[in-house]
Amino acid sequence: MTKLKLNDYEQSLLAGAEGKPRQNAMRQLVSVGEFFDAPDLVEISQVHLMADGEALGVACVEFLEELAKSPKTERTVRVPTITDPRGADFSAYERIKQDKSFVEIERRAIAAFRSLGVLMTDTCINYQTITPPVKGEHLAFGDTGSSIYANSVLGARTNFEGGPSALAAALTGRVPRYGFHLDSHRRGHTRFVVEHQPQDLSDWGALGGIIGRRMKSYFEVPVIEGIAGSPTSDEIKHFGAALASFGSTALFHMVGVTPEAPDLKSVFDGKPPQATTITQDDYRKFFGTFGVGDDKLDVVVFAAPQLSLIELDQLGRLLDGKKVHQGVTLIAATSPEIKNGADRLGITAMIENAGGLLLEGVCFYQMHAREIGEANGWKRLMSNSAKIVNILGGYGYETVLGSMARCVDSAVAGRILK
Amino acid sequence: MSTITLKAHRGIGAEVEGIALAAADNFSARYDLDRINGVFSRPQHALAGQNYVGRILVLNAAKGGVATAWMLREMAARKKAPLALLLNFANPIMAQGAAFGGIPLMDRFEDDVTSLIHSGDRVRVIPERGEVIITRG
Repeated sequence: MTKLKLNDYEQSLLAGAEGKPRQNAMRQLVSVGEFFDAPDLVEISQVHLMADGEALGVACVEFLEELAKSPKTERTVRVPTITDPRGADFSAYERIKQDKSFVEIERRAIAAFRSLGVLMTDTCINYQTITPPVKGEHLAFGDTGSSIYANSVLGARTNFEGGPSALAAALTGRVPRYGFHLDSHRRGHTRFVVEHQPQDLSDWGALGGIIGRRMKSYFEVPVIEGIAGSPTSDEIKHFGAALASFGSTALFHMVGVTPEAPDLKSVFDGKPPQATTITQDDYRKFFGTFGVGDDKLDVVVFAAPQLSLIELDQLGRLLDGKKVHQGVTLIAATSPEIKNGADRLGITAMIENAGGLLLEGVCFYQMHAREIGEANGWKRLMSNSAKIVNILGGYGYETVLGSMARCVDSAVAGRILK
Repeated sequence: MSTITLKAHRGIGAEVEGIALAAADNFSARYDLDRINGVFSRPQHALAGQNYVGRILVLNAAKGGVATAWMLREMAARKKAPLALLLNFANPIMAQGAAFGGIPLMDRFEDDVTSLIHSGDRVRVIPERGEVIITRG
Protein backbone atom coordinates (compact mmCIF):
# COMPACT_ATOMS: atom_id res chain seq x y z
CA MET A 1 0.00 0.00 0.00
CA THR A 2 1.54 3.29 -1.09
CA LYS A 3 1.59 6.40 1.08
CA LEU A 4 1.04 8.56 -2.02
CA LYS A 5 -2.48 9.91 -2.42
CA LEU A 6 -3.76 8.55 -5.75
CA ASN A 7 -7.05 9.43 -7.46
CA ASP A 8 -9.35 6.83 -9.05
CA TYR A 9 -7.62 7.00 -12.44
CA GLU A 10 -4.17 6.57 -10.91
CA GLN A 11 -5.39 3.74 -8.66
CA SER A 12 -6.83 1.92 -11.66
CA LEU A 13 -3.54 2.19 -13.57
CA LEU A 14 -1.66 0.87 -10.56
CA ALA A 15 -4.11 -2.02 -10.28
CA GLY A 16 -3.44 -2.97 -13.91
CA ALA A 17 -6.87 -2.05 -15.28
CA GLU A 18 -5.30 -0.52 -18.40
CA GLY A 19 -2.61 -3.09 -19.01
CA LYS A 20 0.88 -4.03 -17.87
CA PRO A 21 2.85 -1.12 -19.45
CA ARG A 22 0.81 1.53 -17.62
CA GLN A 23 0.82 -0.55 -14.42
CA ASN A 24 4.63 -0.86 -14.48
CA ALA A 25 4.93 2.83 -15.29
CA MET A 26 2.75 3.73 -12.31
CA ARG A 27 4.79 1.45 -10.03
CA GLN A 28 7.96 3.29 -11.05
CA LEU A 29 6.40 6.69 -10.41
CA VAL A 30 5.18 5.57 -7.00
CA SER A 31 8.59 4.18 -6.08
CA VAL A 32 10.36 7.45 -6.95
CA GLY A 33 7.58 9.52 -5.38
CA GLU A 34 7.92 7.64 -2.08
CA PHE A 35 11.71 8.06 -2.15
CA PHE A 36 11.26 11.85 -2.34
CA ASP A 37 8.23 12.00 0.02
CA ALA A 38 5.86 13.25 -2.71
CA PRO A 39 2.30 13.75 -1.38
CA ASP A 40 0.64 12.80 -4.68
CA LEU A 41 1.05 12.84 -8.47
CA VAL A 42 0.62 15.82 -10.79
CA GLU A 43 -0.85 15.89 -14.30
CA ILE A 44 1.62 16.89 -17.00
CA SER A 45 1.10 18.39 -20.47
CA GLN A 46 4.17 17.19 -22.40
CA VAL A 47 7.14 14.84 -22.19
CA HIS A 48 10.68 15.24 -23.49
CA LEU A 49 12.32 11.83 -23.56
CA MET A 50 16.05 11.18 -23.54
CA ALA A 51 16.91 7.77 -25.01
CA ASP A 52 19.94 7.73 -27.28
CA GLY A 53 21.35 4.37 -28.28
CA GLU A 54 24.46 4.74 -26.15
CA ALA A 55 22.45 5.30 -22.98
CA LEU A 56 19.96 2.57 -23.87
CA GLY A 57 22.34 -0.21 -24.79
CA VAL A 58 20.95 -3.51 -26.03
CA ALA A 59 19.18 -4.33 -22.74
CA CYS A 60 17.02 -1.20 -22.75
CA VAL A 61 16.29 -1.43 -26.50
CA GLU A 62 14.99 -4.96 -25.85
CA PHE A 63 12.85 -3.53 -23.04
CA LEU A 64 11.36 -1.00 -25.49
CA GLU A 65 10.76 -3.68 -28.12
CA GLU A 66 8.87 -5.80 -25.59
CA LEU A 67 6.78 -2.74 -24.68
CA ALA A 68 6.04 -2.17 -28.38
CA LYS A 69 4.52 -5.68 -28.62
CA SER A 70 1.75 -4.73 -26.17
CA PRO A 71 -1.74 -3.99 -27.54
CA LYS A 72 -2.00 -0.49 -29.01
CA THR A 73 -4.50 0.64 -26.36
CA GLU A 74 -1.99 -0.29 -23.65
CA ARG A 75 1.20 1.09 -25.18
CA THR A 76 0.24 4.45 -26.72
CA VAL A 77 1.50 7.54 -24.90
CA ARG A 78 -1.13 9.69 -23.16
CA VAL A 79 0.47 13.14 -23.66
CA PRO A 80 2.59 14.62 -26.50
CA THR A 81 6.01 12.99 -26.22
CA ILE A 82 9.10 14.20 -28.09
CA THR A 83 12.71 13.02 -28.07
CA ASP A 84 16.18 14.26 -27.17
CA PRO A 85 19.05 13.78 -29.70
CA ARG A 86 19.73 10.31 -31.08
CA GLY A 87 23.05 8.49 -31.14
CA ALA A 88 23.52 8.38 -34.93
CA ASP A 89 22.85 10.64 -37.91
CA PHE A 90 21.73 8.13 -40.56
CA SER A 91 22.88 10.36 -43.41
CA ALA A 92 26.34 11.08 -41.98
CA TYR A 93 27.48 8.20 -39.76
CA GLU A 94 29.91 6.82 -42.34
CA ARG A 95 31.68 10.18 -42.63
CA ILE A 96 32.66 10.00 -38.96
CA LYS A 97 33.42 6.26 -39.01
CA GLN A 98 30.59 5.38 -36.66
CA ASP A 99 30.15 1.64 -36.27
CA LYS A 100 27.08 0.25 -38.06
CA SER A 101 26.03 -1.61 -34.92
CA PHE A 102 25.31 1.75 -33.25
CA VAL A 103 23.12 2.74 -36.18
CA GLU A 104 21.24 -0.55 -35.94
CA ILE A 105 20.55 0.04 -32.24
CA GLU A 106 19.11 3.44 -33.17
CA ARG A 107 16.87 1.95 -35.88
CA ARG A 108 15.45 -0.56 -33.41
CA ALA A 109 14.86 2.07 -30.74
CA ILE A 110 13.16 4.43 -33.20
CA ALA A 111 10.85 1.66 -34.48
CA ALA A 112 9.84 0.85 -30.90
CA PHE A 113 9.27 4.50 -29.96
CA ARG A 114 7.17 5.16 -33.07
CA SER A 115 4.92 2.24 -32.18
CA LEU A 116 4.32 3.90 -28.80
CA GLY A 117 3.31 7.16 -30.52
CA VAL A 118 6.49 9.05 -29.64
CA LEU A 119 7.40 11.97 -31.96
CA MET A 120 11.07 11.69 -32.97
CA THR A 121 12.08 15.34 -32.78
CA ASP A 122 15.66 14.40 -31.76
CA THR A 123 16.52 17.69 -30.17
CA CYS A 124 17.72 19.04 -26.83
CA ILE A 125 16.66 22.60 -27.79
CA ASN A 126 12.95 21.77 -27.97
CA TYR A 127 12.26 24.96 -25.98
CA GLN A 128 13.71 26.95 -28.91
CA THR A 129 12.43 24.84 -31.78
CA ILE A 130 9.33 22.72 -30.98
CA THR A 131 6.94 23.84 -28.21
CA PRO A 132 8.27 26.30 -25.62
CA PRO A 133 6.52 25.60 -22.29
CA VAL A 134 4.64 28.39 -20.50
CA LYS A 135 4.87 29.65 -16.90
CA GLY A 136 3.36 27.23 -14.41
CA GLU A 137 3.03 24.33 -16.90
CA HIS A 138 3.87 20.97 -15.32
CA LEU A 139 6.20 18.89 -17.52
CA ALA A 140 8.31 15.75 -17.63
CA PHE A 141 11.46 16.98 -19.36
CA GLY A 142 14.32 14.58 -19.87
CA ASP A 143 17.42 16.58 -20.71
CA THR A 144 19.22 18.59 -18.04
CA GLY A 145 19.58 21.56 -20.41
CA SER A 146 15.94 21.58 -21.50
CA SER A 147 14.78 21.11 -17.90
CA ILE A 148 16.79 23.98 -16.46
CA TYR A 149 15.71 26.29 -19.32
CA ALA A 150 12.03 25.37 -18.90
CA ASN A 151 12.14 25.82 -15.12
CA SER A 152 14.27 28.93 -14.93
CA VAL A 153 13.80 30.98 -18.10
CA LEU A 154 10.19 30.03 -18.85
CA GLY A 155 8.86 29.43 -15.31
CA ALA A 156 7.49 25.98 -16.14
CA ARG A 157 7.80 23.09 -13.65
CA THR A 158 9.76 19.90 -14.07
CA ASN A 159 12.27 17.68 -12.34
CA PHE A 160 14.98 15.90 -14.31
CA GLU A 161 13.03 12.99 -15.75
CA GLY A 162 15.48 10.42 -17.06
CA GLY A 163 14.36 8.23 -19.98
CA PRO A 164 12.57 5.47 -18.01
CA SER A 165 10.61 7.88 -15.86
CA ALA A 166 9.85 10.21 -18.78
CA LEU A 167 8.44 7.15 -20.55
CA ALA A 168 6.45 6.27 -17.42
CA ALA A 169 5.14 9.85 -17.39
CA ALA A 170 4.20 9.56 -21.08
CA LEU A 171 2.24 6.34 -20.48
CA THR A 172 0.34 7.73 -17.48
CA GLY A 173 0.25 11.52 -17.97
CA ARG A 174 1.59 11.90 -14.43
CA VAL A 175 4.77 12.53 -12.42
CA PRO A 176 5.30 12.52 -8.64
CA ARG A 177 4.74 15.97 -7.13
CA TYR A 178 8.05 16.78 -5.44
CA GLY A 179 11.05 19.01 -6.11
CA PHE A 180 10.45 21.78 -8.63
CA HIS A 181 6.73 21.08 -9.02
CA LEU A 182 6.33 22.60 -5.53
CA ASP A 183 6.43 26.35 -4.74
CA SER A 184 8.45 25.64 -1.60
CA HIS A 185 11.31 24.04 -3.59
CA ARG A 186 11.59 26.92 -6.05
CA ARG A 187 12.91 29.41 -3.48
CA GLY A 188 16.54 30.57 -3.66
CA HIS A 189 19.27 29.06 -1.45
CA THR A 190 22.63 30.38 -2.63
CA ARG A 191 23.49 33.85 -3.89
CA PHE A 192 26.08 34.91 -6.50
CA VAL A 193 26.98 38.37 -7.76
CA VAL A 194 28.55 38.52 -11.21
CA GLU A 195 31.25 41.18 -11.27
CA HIS A 196 32.69 40.31 -14.68
CA GLN A 197 30.14 40.17 -17.52
CA PRO A 198 30.31 37.15 -19.89
CA GLN A 199 31.52 38.21 -23.33
CA ASP A 200 30.49 35.28 -25.55
CA LEU A 201 28.83 31.86 -25.42
CA SER A 202 31.88 30.12 -23.98
CA ASP A 203 31.96 32.73 -21.19
CA TRP A 204 28.27 32.12 -20.45
CA GLY A 205 28.97 28.41 -20.25
CA ALA A 206 31.98 29.10 -18.02
CA LEU A 207 29.80 31.16 -15.68
CA GLY A 208 27.37 28.23 -15.47
CA GLY A 209 30.27 25.89 -14.76
CA ILE A 210 31.77 28.16 -12.07
CA ILE A 211 28.46 28.26 -10.20
CA GLY A 212 27.65 24.59 -10.93
CA ARG A 213 30.88 23.42 -9.32
CA ARG A 214 29.75 25.10 -6.09
CA MET A 215 26.36 23.38 -5.98
CA LYS A 216 26.03 20.74 -3.30
CA SER A 217 22.78 19.03 -4.28
CA TYR A 218 20.04 18.87 -6.90
CA PHE A 219 17.65 20.74 -4.62
CA GLU A 220 19.93 23.76 -4.12
CA VAL A 221 18.66 26.77 -6.13
CA PRO A 222 21.27 29.42 -7.02
CA VAL A 223 20.29 33.07 -7.43
CA ILE A 224 22.44 35.19 -9.74
CA GLU A 225 22.66 38.98 -9.56
CA GLY A 226 24.66 41.53 -11.48
CA ILE A 227 23.91 40.53 -15.06
CA ALA A 228 23.87 43.68 -17.19
CA GLY A 229 20.87 43.76 -19.50
CA SER A 230 19.19 40.61 -20.76
CA PRO A 231 21.09 37.64 -22.15
CA THR A 232 19.95 36.18 -25.46
CA SER A 233 18.21 32.82 -25.62
CA ASP A 234 21.47 31.18 -26.78
CA GLU A 235 23.53 32.83 -24.04
CA ILE A 236 21.22 31.73 -21.24
CA LYS A 237 20.96 28.31 -22.92
CA HIS A 238 24.75 27.82 -22.62
CA PHE A 239 24.70 29.16 -19.06
CA GLY A 240 21.91 26.80 -17.99
CA ALA A 241 23.29 23.76 -19.80
CA ALA A 242 26.67 24.16 -18.09
CA LEU A 243 25.12 24.88 -14.68
CA ALA A 244 23.00 21.73 -14.98
CA SER A 245 25.95 19.68 -16.21
CA PHE A 246 28.46 20.75 -13.56
CA GLY A 247 25.98 21.06 -10.74
CA SER A 248 23.06 18.67 -11.31
CA THR A 249 21.03 21.87 -11.03
CA ALA A 250 17.51 22.09 -12.47
CA LEU A 251 16.49 25.64 -11.48
CA PHE A 252 18.20 29.02 -11.12
CA HIS A 253 16.91 32.52 -10.72
CA MET A 254 18.59 35.47 -12.44
CA VAL A 255 17.45 38.68 -10.78
CA GLY A 256 15.77 41.03 -13.23
CA VAL A 257 15.90 38.42 -15.99
CA THR A 258 13.96 35.24 -15.13
CA PRO A 259 10.22 35.35 -14.39
CA GLU A 260 10.25 34.33 -10.72
CA ALA A 261 13.02 36.79 -9.81
CA PRO A 262 11.87 40.37 -10.49
CA ASP A 263 14.00 41.41 -7.49
CA LEU A 264 16.13 39.83 -4.77
CA LYS A 265 13.49 39.77 -2.04
CA SER A 266 11.08 37.83 -4.29
CA VAL A 267 13.27 34.72 -4.37
CA PHE A 268 14.51 34.34 -0.78
CA ASP A 269 12.56 33.56 2.34
CA GLY A 270 13.77 36.14 4.88
CA LYS A 271 17.14 37.84 4.69
CA PRO A 272 19.16 36.90 1.57
CA PRO A 273 22.34 34.93 2.35
CA GLN A 274 25.85 36.31 1.95
CA ALA A 275 26.75 36.56 -1.74
CA THR A 276 29.72 34.97 -3.51
CA THR A 277 31.28 37.35 -6.04
CA ILE A 278 32.31 35.96 -9.44
CA THR A 279 35.33 37.82 -10.76
CA GLN A 280 37.33 37.80 -13.97
CA ASP A 281 39.86 35.64 -12.15
CA ASP A 282 37.21 32.94 -11.62
CA TYR A 283 36.70 32.77 -15.39
CA ARG A 284 40.46 32.63 -15.97
CA LYS A 285 40.82 29.74 -13.51
CA PHE A 286 37.83 27.93 -15.02
CA PHE A 287 39.21 28.17 -18.57
CA GLY A 288 42.55 27.05 -17.15
CA THR A 289 41.06 23.73 -16.06
CA PHE A 290 40.35 23.01 -19.75
CA GLY A 291 43.76 23.84 -21.16
CA VAL A 292 46.58 21.63 -22.45
CA GLY A 293 50.34 21.86 -22.65
CA ASP A 294 50.82 22.05 -26.41
CA ASP A 295 48.88 23.17 -29.49
CA LYS A 296 47.97 19.79 -31.04
CA LEU A 297 44.36 19.67 -32.28
CA ASP A 298 42.28 16.78 -33.67
CA VAL A 299 38.64 17.78 -33.62
CA VAL A 300 36.55 20.93 -33.08
CA VAL A 301 32.97 20.40 -31.92
CA PHE A 302 30.02 22.76 -31.72
CA ALA A 303 27.23 20.99 -29.81
CA ALA A 304 25.80 20.46 -26.32
CA PRO A 305 23.39 22.10 -26.61
CA GLN A 306 22.55 21.67 -30.29
CA LEU A 307 23.04 24.90 -32.20
CA SER A 308 20.18 27.29 -32.92
CA LEU A 309 19.75 28.79 -36.38
CA ILE A 310 21.40 31.97 -35.08
CA GLU A 311 24.47 30.08 -33.81
CA LEU A 312 24.74 28.17 -37.09
CA ASP A 313 24.59 31.43 -39.01
CA GLN A 314 27.42 32.81 -36.83
CA LEU A 315 29.44 29.66 -37.46
CA GLY A 316 28.77 29.78 -41.21
CA ARG A 317 29.91 33.40 -41.39
CA LEU A 318 33.09 32.63 -39.45
CA LEU A 319 33.88 29.74 -41.81
CA ASP A 320 32.86 31.47 -45.03
CA GLY A 321 35.74 31.57 -47.50
CA LYS A 322 38.05 29.55 -45.22
CA LYS A 323 39.16 25.90 -45.21
CA VAL A 324 39.37 23.65 -42.19
CA HIS A 325 42.92 22.23 -41.93
CA GLN A 326 43.22 18.70 -43.36
CA GLY A 327 44.44 17.35 -40.02
CA VAL A 328 41.40 18.62 -38.13
CA THR A 329 37.71 17.62 -38.22
CA LEU A 330 35.10 20.28 -37.52
CA ILE A 331 31.65 19.09 -36.46
CA ALA A 332 28.49 21.02 -35.61
CA ALA A 333 25.24 19.42 -34.42
CA THR A 334 21.70 20.71 -34.60
CA SER A 335 18.08 19.52 -34.67
CA PRO A 336 16.38 18.16 -37.82
CA GLU A 337 14.11 21.23 -38.01
CA ILE A 338 17.01 23.68 -37.76
CA LYS A 339 19.06 21.62 -40.23
CA ASN A 340 16.25 22.04 -42.77
CA GLY A 341 16.34 25.78 -42.17
CA ALA A 342 20.13 25.86 -42.48
CA ASP A 343 19.93 23.92 -45.77
CA ARG A 344 17.29 26.29 -47.14
CA LEU A 345 19.20 29.41 -46.14
CA GLY A 346 22.58 28.28 -47.48
CA ILE A 347 24.15 28.02 -44.02
CA THR A 348 24.88 24.29 -44.35
CA ALA A 349 26.73 25.01 -47.59
CA MET A 350 28.85 27.69 -45.90
CA ILE A 351 29.90 25.21 -43.19
CA GLU A 352 30.41 22.21 -45.45
CA ASN A 353 32.17 24.12 -48.25
CA ALA A 354 34.75 25.07 -45.65
CA GLY A 355 35.22 21.37 -44.87
CA GLY A 356 32.99 21.23 -41.77
CA LEU A 357 30.28 18.66 -41.03
CA LEU A 358 26.78 19.65 -39.98
CA LEU A 359 25.04 16.74 -38.25
CA GLU A 360 21.32 16.60 -37.52
CA GLY A 361 19.32 15.01 -34.73
CA VAL A 362 22.41 14.12 -32.69
CA CYS A 363 24.71 15.60 -30.10
CA PHE A 364 28.40 14.74 -30.07
CA TYR A 365 28.61 13.26 -26.58
CA GLN A 366 25.46 11.16 -27.13
CA MET A 367 26.80 9.36 -30.21
CA HIS A 368 29.38 6.96 -28.76
CA ALA A 369 32.01 9.68 -28.44
CA ARG A 370 34.62 7.29 -27.03
CA GLU A 371 34.35 4.85 -29.95
CA ILE A 372 34.26 7.47 -32.72
CA GLY A 373 37.25 9.16 -31.07
CA GLU A 374 39.19 5.90 -31.23
CA ALA A 375 38.06 5.17 -34.82
CA ASN A 376 39.20 8.61 -36.03
CA GLY A 377 42.24 9.04 -33.80
CA TRP A 378 40.69 12.03 -32.03
CA LYS A 379 42.16 12.82 -28.63
CA ARG A 380 42.51 16.60 -28.47
CA LEU A 381 39.12 18.32 -28.71
CA MET A 382 38.21 22.00 -28.72
CA SER A 383 34.74 23.48 -28.23
CA ASN A 384 32.96 26.64 -27.18
CA SER A 385 30.62 24.52 -25.00
CA ALA A 386 31.54 24.33 -21.32
CA LYS A 387 29.14 21.41 -21.01
CA ILE A 388 30.83 19.28 -23.64
CA VAL A 389 34.38 19.88 -22.45
CA ASN A 390 33.18 18.78 -19.02
CA ILE A 391 31.54 15.58 -20.21
CA LEU A 392 34.17 14.44 -22.70
CA GLY A 393 36.96 14.34 -20.15
CA GLY A 394 35.33 11.10 -18.99
CA TYR A 395 35.39 9.74 -22.56
CA GLY A 396 39.15 9.88 -22.94
CA TYR A 397 39.44 13.28 -24.63
CA GLU A 398 41.76 16.13 -23.69
CA THR A 399 39.47 19.13 -23.95
CA VAL A 400 40.01 22.84 -24.51
CA LEU A 401 37.39 25.55 -24.03
CA GLY A 402 37.47 28.61 -26.28
CA SER A 403 35.19 31.07 -28.04
CA MET A 404 33.49 30.11 -31.31
CA ALA A 405 35.84 32.42 -33.23
CA ARG A 406 38.94 30.95 -31.57
CA CYS A 407 37.72 27.41 -32.24
CA VAL A 408 37.17 28.22 -35.93
CA ASP A 409 40.53 29.96 -36.28
CA SER A 410 42.22 26.98 -34.61
CA ALA A 411 40.42 24.50 -36.90
CA VAL A 412 41.65 26.45 -39.92
CA ALA A 413 45.20 26.77 -38.58
CA GLY A 414 45.34 23.08 -37.63
CA ARG A 415 46.52 23.85 -34.11
CA ILE A 416 45.16 25.38 -30.92
CA LEU A 417 45.61 29.14 -31.14
CA LYS A 418 45.99 31.27 -28.03
CA MET B 1 34.65 -7.84 14.93
CA SER B 2 32.55 -4.67 15.39
CA THR B 3 29.43 -3.36 13.74
CA ILE B 4 28.19 0.20 13.23
CA THR B 5 24.62 0.98 12.17
CA LEU B 6 23.91 4.08 10.07
CA LYS B 7 20.44 5.56 9.61
CA ALA B 8 19.22 7.21 6.42
CA HIS B 9 16.01 7.97 4.55
CA ARG B 10 14.11 4.91 3.36
CA GLY B 11 15.71 3.78 0.11
CA ILE B 12 14.87 1.90 -3.08
CA GLY B 13 15.53 -1.77 -3.89
CA ALA B 14 16.39 -5.04 -2.17
CA GLU B 15 18.72 -5.79 0.76
CA VAL B 16 22.32 -6.57 -0.30
CA GLU B 17 25.72 -7.12 1.33
CA GLY B 18 29.15 -6.45 -0.14
CA ILE B 19 32.43 -4.54 -0.07
CA ALA B 20 32.45 -0.73 -0.18
CA LEU B 21 34.29 1.54 -2.61
CA ALA B 22 34.14 5.02 -1.09
CA ALA B 23 35.32 8.54 -1.89
CA ALA B 24 34.33 12.13 -1.14
CA ASP B 25 33.46 12.81 -4.78
CA ASN B 26 30.30 12.93 -6.88
CA PHE B 27 28.75 10.48 -9.34
CA SER B 28 27.37 10.27 -12.86
CA ALA B 29 27.35 7.03 -14.87
CA ARG B 30 27.81 8.85 -18.17
CA TYR B 31 30.38 11.41 -17.09
CA ASP B 32 32.57 9.34 -14.76
CA LEU B 33 32.59 5.73 -15.94
CA ASP B 34 34.06 3.51 -18.62
CA ARG B 35 31.00 1.25 -18.54
CA ILE B 36 32.51 -1.30 -20.93
CA ASN B 37 35.46 -2.05 -18.68
CA GLY B 38 33.75 -1.27 -15.38
CA VAL B 39 36.18 1.40 -14.15
CA PHE B 40 36.03 5.07 -13.23
CA SER B 41 37.44 6.84 -16.29
CA ARG B 42 37.24 10.59 -15.58
CA PRO B 43 40.85 11.52 -14.76
CA GLN B 44 39.79 14.11 -12.18
CA HIS B 45 37.57 11.67 -10.25
CA ALA B 46 38.81 10.52 -6.83
CA LEU B 47 38.24 6.89 -7.90
CA ALA B 48 39.86 7.22 -11.37
CA GLY B 49 41.10 3.84 -12.60
CA GLN B 50 39.31 1.83 -9.90
CA ASN B 51 36.95 -1.03 -10.71
CA TYR B 52 33.42 -0.50 -9.37
CA VAL B 53 31.72 -3.71 -10.57
CA GLY B 54 29.93 -5.54 -7.74
CA ARG B 55 31.01 -2.92 -5.18
CA ILE B 56 28.81 -0.84 -2.90
CA LEU B 57 29.62 2.63 -4.17
CA VAL B 58 29.74 5.31 -1.49
CA LEU B 59 29.91 8.84 -2.89
CA ASN B 60 28.72 12.35 -2.16
CA ALA B 61 26.12 13.61 -4.66
CA ALA B 62 24.54 12.54 -7.93
CA LYS B 63 25.75 14.88 -10.66
CA GLY B 64 25.48 15.50 -14.36
CA GLY B 65 23.21 14.14 -17.02
CA VAL B 66 20.06 12.10 -17.29
CA ALA B 67 21.57 9.08 -19.06
CA THR B 68 22.30 7.32 -15.77
CA ALA B 69 18.60 6.44 -15.53
CA TRP B 70 18.88 4.06 -18.53
CA MET B 71 22.50 3.13 -17.93
CA LEU B 72 22.07 1.49 -14.53
CA ARG B 73 19.73 -1.13 -16.00
CA GLU B 74 21.96 -1.67 -19.02
CA MET B 75 25.01 -2.03 -16.75
CA ALA B 76 23.13 -4.53 -14.57
CA ALA B 77 22.16 -6.58 -17.64
CA ARG B 78 25.84 -6.81 -18.67
CA LYS B 79 26.95 -7.57 -15.10
CA LYS B 80 28.95 -4.32 -15.03
CA ALA B 81 26.95 -2.53 -12.34
CA PRO B 82 27.77 -1.59 -8.76
CA LEU B 83 25.97 -3.73 -6.16
CA ALA B 84 24.35 -0.69 -4.52
CA LEU B 85 24.66 3.09 -4.35
CA LEU B 86 24.98 5.02 -1.08
CA LEU B 87 25.03 8.79 -1.52
CA ASN B 88 24.75 11.81 0.71
CA PHE B 89 22.43 13.37 -1.88
CA ALA B 90 20.72 11.44 -4.67
CA ASN B 91 18.94 13.31 -7.43
CA PRO B 92 15.82 12.22 -9.32
CA ILE B 93 17.86 10.58 -12.09
CA MET B 94 19.63 8.28 -9.64
CA ALA B 95 16.34 7.35 -7.96
CA GLN B 96 14.62 6.72 -11.31
CA GLY B 97 17.56 4.65 -12.54
CA ALA B 98 17.66 2.62 -9.33
CA ALA B 99 13.92 1.93 -9.51
CA PHE B 100 14.12 0.95 -13.20
CA GLY B 101 17.41 -0.95 -12.99
CA GLY B 102 16.80 -2.79 -9.73
CA ILE B 103 19.89 -1.35 -8.03
CA PRO B 104 19.54 -0.57 -4.31
CA LEU B 105 19.93 3.14 -3.49
CA MET B 106 19.98 5.05 -0.22
CA ASP B 107 20.69 8.70 0.63
CA ARG B 108 20.14 11.38 3.28
CA PHE B 109 22.26 9.79 6.02
CA GLU B 110 22.49 11.32 9.48
CA ASP B 111 26.07 12.37 8.75
CA ASP B 112 28.50 12.45 5.80
CA VAL B 113 28.34 8.85 4.54
CA THR B 114 31.62 9.22 2.60
CA SER B 115 33.47 9.76 5.89
CA LEU B 116 31.59 7.03 7.79
CA ILE B 117 32.17 4.18 5.32
CA HIS B 118 35.68 3.38 4.04
CA SER B 119 36.77 1.47 0.96
CA GLY B 120 37.09 -2.20 1.89
CA ASP B 121 34.44 -2.13 4.62
CA ARG B 122 31.90 -4.96 4.53
CA VAL B 123 28.50 -3.27 4.32
CA ARG B 124 24.92 -4.53 4.58
CA VAL B 125 22.38 -2.25 2.87
CA ILE B 126 18.73 -2.44 4.00
CA PRO B 127 16.77 0.13 1.94
CA GLU B 128 13.35 -0.82 3.34
CA ARG B 129 14.47 0.11 6.88
CA GLY B 130 16.71 3.02 5.83
CA GLU B 131 19.64 1.27 7.49
CA VAL B 132 23.25 0.41 6.65
CA ILE B 133 25.34 -1.91 8.84
CA ILE B 134 29.15 -1.72 8.61
CA THR B 135 31.22 -4.70 9.79
CA ARG B 136 34.92 -4.18 10.59
CA GLY B 137 37.71 -6.26 12.02
